[in-house]
Amino acid sequence: MEATQPRTLFDKIWDAHVVERKEGYPDLLYIDRHFIHEVTSPQAFDGLRQRSLPVFRPRQTVATADHNVPTVNQHLPISDHLSAFQVAKLGENCRDFGVELYGLGHHKQGIVHVIGPELGITQPGMTIVCGDSHTSTHGAFGTIAFGIGTSQVEQVLATLLQYRPKTMKIEVNGSLAPGVTAKDIILYIISRISAAGGTGYFVEYAGSAIRALSMEARMTICNMSIEMGARGGLIAPDETTFAYVRGREFAPEGEAWEAALAAWRQLPGDPGAKFDAELHFDAADIEPMITYGTNPGMGIGVTRPIPAVAAQSNEQEMSKALAYMGLEPQQSLLGKKIDYVFIGSCTNSRIEDLRQVAGFVKGRKKAPDVNVWIVPGSRQVEAQARAEGLDQVFLEAGFQLRQPGCSACLGMNEDKVPAGLYCVSTSNRNFEGRQGPGARTFLASPLTAAAAAVTGRIVDVREML
Amino acid sequence: MAFKTITTTCVPLPVENIDTDQIIPARFLKATSREGFGENLFRDWRYLPGDVPNPDFVLNNRKYSGETLVAGKNFGCGSSREHAAWALADYGFRVVVSSFFADIFYNNALNNNLLPVQVSEEVLQRLFGLIENDPATALTVDLENQVLEVPAAGLRVGFDINPYKKACLINGYDDIDYILSRREAIAAYEQLSAH
Ligand code: SF4
Repeated sequence: MEATQPRTLFDKIWDAHVVERKEGYPDLLYIDRHFIHEVTSPQAFDGLRQRSLPVFRPRQTVATADHNVPTVNQHLPISDHLSAFQVAKLGENCRDFGVELYGLGHHKQGIVHVIGPELGITQPGMTIVCGDSHTSTHGAFGTIAFGIGTSQVEQVLATLLQYRPKTMKIEVNGSLAPGVTAKDIILYIISRISAAGGTGYFVEYAGSAIRALSMEARMTICNMSIEMGARGGLIAPDETTFAYVRGREFAPEGEAWEAALAAWRQLPGDPGAKFDAELHFDAADIEPMITYGTNPGMGIGVTRPIPAVAAQSNEQEMSKALAYMGLEPQQSLLGKKIDYVFIGSCTNSRIEDLRQVAGFVKGRKKAPDVNVWIVPGSRQVEAQARAEGLDQVFLEAGFQLRQPGCSACLGMNEDKVPAGLYCVSTSNRNFEGRQGPGARTFLASPLTAAAAAVTGRIVDVREML
Repeated sequence: MAFKTITTTCVPLPVENIDTDQIIPARFLKATSREGFGENLFRDWRYLPGDVPNPDFVLNNRKYSGETLVAGKNFGCGSSREHAAWALADYGFRVVVSSFFADIFYNNALNNNLLPVQVSEEVLQRLFGLIENDPATALTVDLENQVLEVPAAGLRVGFDINPYKKACLINGYDDIDYILSRREAIAAYEQLSAH
């Protein structure tokens, strides 16, 4: 790589982590942090045992239990045998291999993509992997972060073999209208370019609308990169990033902090650096968004009718999706009755999300027939919510504040939406059966979800602010 | 296990778009080990209700056996579950021939010592014909020279494979072995970047 050639943020981080580059081979990429959870790791640990290998850098590895844990009565033994076994196995593996585990009941436990940032483990310029596709979340800090398969979980002793992906820049400029949030930005982008529009790319989000976002909002954006088919997404670190990381438990301190900061300031892309593709959007065009179909690309501004055919889709796919959802083409979703509201997942379960929801529902009550689950992303988020009295607001509104985990995002534990019923969800996937067999999911922002909880219907939250 | 040249009879499965849910249904993903998935390979095609072997399915047909599966176009589409490759390898297959492979399956297969060989649709159809005419048809896959052959029928075609993955298969190492062989480079990198 010519030092004089302008490089993107992605190029700089990637190049700095290449241990070895050989013609015809994937790059040998150094991985700074590896997150592990109970579902995709057991076979990988077994593989290490069979080869009599240790974990190469246990101190760069952190584990938590999140996918398969109950969100009530976490102090009691897990009643589902399989879940109990997976969680126990994770404990055993972490003990045997000397990996730090924030297991069930630990005060640092939570969804893997929530705890990494909140503990300051995630830092600008790093390479981060995890056996979970939403690892892209950590890209909000200016890191290269992506999900890997089980063989690769085993492979990540300290390095990973990876082919370098192409890069794409997505710029969003201008300012967002009140009631429009980061979740709406990303749902809007995916609805425009489709659920496959980013395939083969690593995306850098830029532009004034992105710069203006908080770290938590940036995480929401990067989190859903995978939903447009991209390998990952990242945002150049800036003062907002540094202020967020500073003082967190695992963040550097004193001189080390100063040194890190100096290095992080060099990360943003050079002027004139080339991307393989570029897209531009205007923040003023974005409304509160909602999905109507069975992939995240099937989304609309909440006041718009369902299109005859979604971007990059076809009639057959559309009619299958709408039949599953019990909806019609050209139908408006405004006023549509819903049954469940799920506020949680690694997309929207952080303290800001909970504050925003509490701010909206304070003094309001949930609609009588609606079940509302609020599942904080981590023990720390839960504790913070209680400390700020948000739990009282939720209680008075009739919302259930549950315990941290992935919960109804994937319905692997008991938190499932019954078949045929509608759920407005702040998670990231509306696939058939994702929230339970036959469950019908509308993806939306926490604000739109809160408005649905209060009215029992899909509404334009801007009219209630 | 090093992979050089292999000559075997084939199991034909002339169905297109075989997805990973067919290869290994979701309800069998609960295991925490990699072994034993072969037992449930193509479970819902292989067994009738009541776990009775389906006499019409090729794996239950004594006429056909061998370490090569020849399957219709777009093999391994659907979810990314690596369990699909584990199930095929565990059952005893070492080669899958098709006219197109889904991307993720292709890589998962290579990571599990299962060689996916992509041929043209024309060659694929010819193979189906040859196997049907004579189940004892021997097929040779020469990885070193990247050639697939049925000598008895005068069929000989080349195939593509990434040079790194080819080296892994031929030398019987996988990504981890390769990474371990680069340990010094990794240590040097760590020194240099003060990790
Ligand atoms: S919250 Fe959902 S998307 Fe996020 S890690 Fe858990 S299961 Fe995956």
